[in-house]
Amino acid sequence: MLGFSFAKLLRAGRQSFALEVEYSLPEGAFLGVRGPSGSGKTTLVRCMAGLERPDAGYLRVGPETWYDSKRRIDVPPQLRNVGLVPQDYALFPNMTVLGNILYANSDREHALELLALTRLEGQARLFPRELSGGQRQRTSLARALARRPSILLLDEPLSALDEELREELGDELRRIQRATGVTAVMVSHSGSETSRLCDEVIELRRGRLDGSRSLLR
Amino acid sequence: MEAAPFLVSLRLGAWVTAILLALCFPLAWALARARGRWAIFIESLASLPLVLSPTVLGFYLLAAFSPRGQLGAFLGSAFGLRLTFSFEGIVLGGCVSGLPFMLNALKAGISGVSAGIIEASYSLGKGRIETALRVVVPNMKGAFLAGVVTTFAHAIGEFGIVLMIGGSVPGVTRTVSIAVYERVEALDFTGARAYSIILVAASYVTVLALNTLQRVEARR
Repeated sequence: MLGFSFAKLLRAGRQSFALEVEYSLPEGAFLGVRGPSGSGKTTLVRCMAGLERPDAGYLRVGPETWYDSKRRIDVPPQLRNVGLVPQDYALFPNMTVLGNILYANSDREHALELLALTRLEGQARLFPRELSGGQRQRTSLARALARRPSILLLDEPLSALDEELREELGDELRRIQRATGVTAVMVSHSGSETSRLCDEVIELRRGRLDGSRSLLR
Repeated sequence: MEAAPFLVSLRLGAWVTAILLALCFPLAWALARARGRWAIFIESLASLPLVLSPTVLGFYLLAAFSPRGQLGAFLGSAFGLRLTFSFEGIVLGGCVSGLPFMLNALKAGISGVSAGIIEASYSLGKGRIETALRVVVPNMKGAFLAGVVTTFAHAIGEFGIVLMIGGSVPGVTRTVSIAVYERVEALDFTGARAYSIILVAASYVTVLALNTLQRVEARR
């Protein structure tokens, strides 16, 4: 079970608005967060990862509380067991594909399993600059899964790819999420993408939940 | 021509570079990631040796660390440390004078490393030290190289601040630059030319090596 409630004042140019979101998600589900640019989607993911601090709220992952403003709990990002796939993938340029995965978890056997799961066996010894956009995305995903995270956070993971590849890798993302059973949250500005891939979709408009619906697959 | 001034200069350069490397990395990290207004005051203070006369800096160091002064007397009685007319003193002077060279190079290098990969490392459970050593440092080799080479080259050529705090003790504080000055004072232009040409050649080779290595690094 993933439960969160965040309130945070956001600035967009000269204007400011409040991010106010509350939601809970069953374990193993895939939540899609969609909305236009500047609606607070990325901030939501960053708050979950501990990279930004909300002004108030809570974040519970299974039996653990990672953030609770009332109880003054704020677990640092290093101690939150999250798998993060940022928008630009943030691969370590000085490490190979295998090196990036082993950096997250030194279990070599697990790393080789993840290479197979993400179909990157042939690219294990390549550096990020030698990879295509799709291969970078899968490397970032494999690295995020290496720690066997409690939640997987995907910030616009398909936005840097062309249309054809988006669909193919979107399906692959869904397959991998199902295979690992990890609870996932994916942020995307594409409504069709979240509807197609996610179990539940919420929509953010200027920081507020516009509506929620369960697609109940 | 004696070899001793060269050895003193090389030792001075090595010590100053090593000390500033250790001191400036955490400071550069803090400044590169700082959001507060305090950073500009620290940066301006650290850059002061670039615009201030080395003789003035040396004078203040001499006044502060003289055995007749309170601080100098305390260091002498508590730690047996004498910072005037000693090798330790010229290392201190070299560190003050070389601080902006190392700090600015490292700060530029750290600023050039994407905040995204640092955050990615944190989200993978790694602390600041491991992130710094395994992610930041390998991705700013060019800046390290620039910091080390320019600080070293500046330290071996330092004159005013070193002369003020260290004087010219043969084999201890007499660097190549001071040896050149003394040869000229003695109207021994042949001796001054011999020291100078070696210093010019060593400086050129150092800068050439830096530029070559930076080009190799940029191609990777």
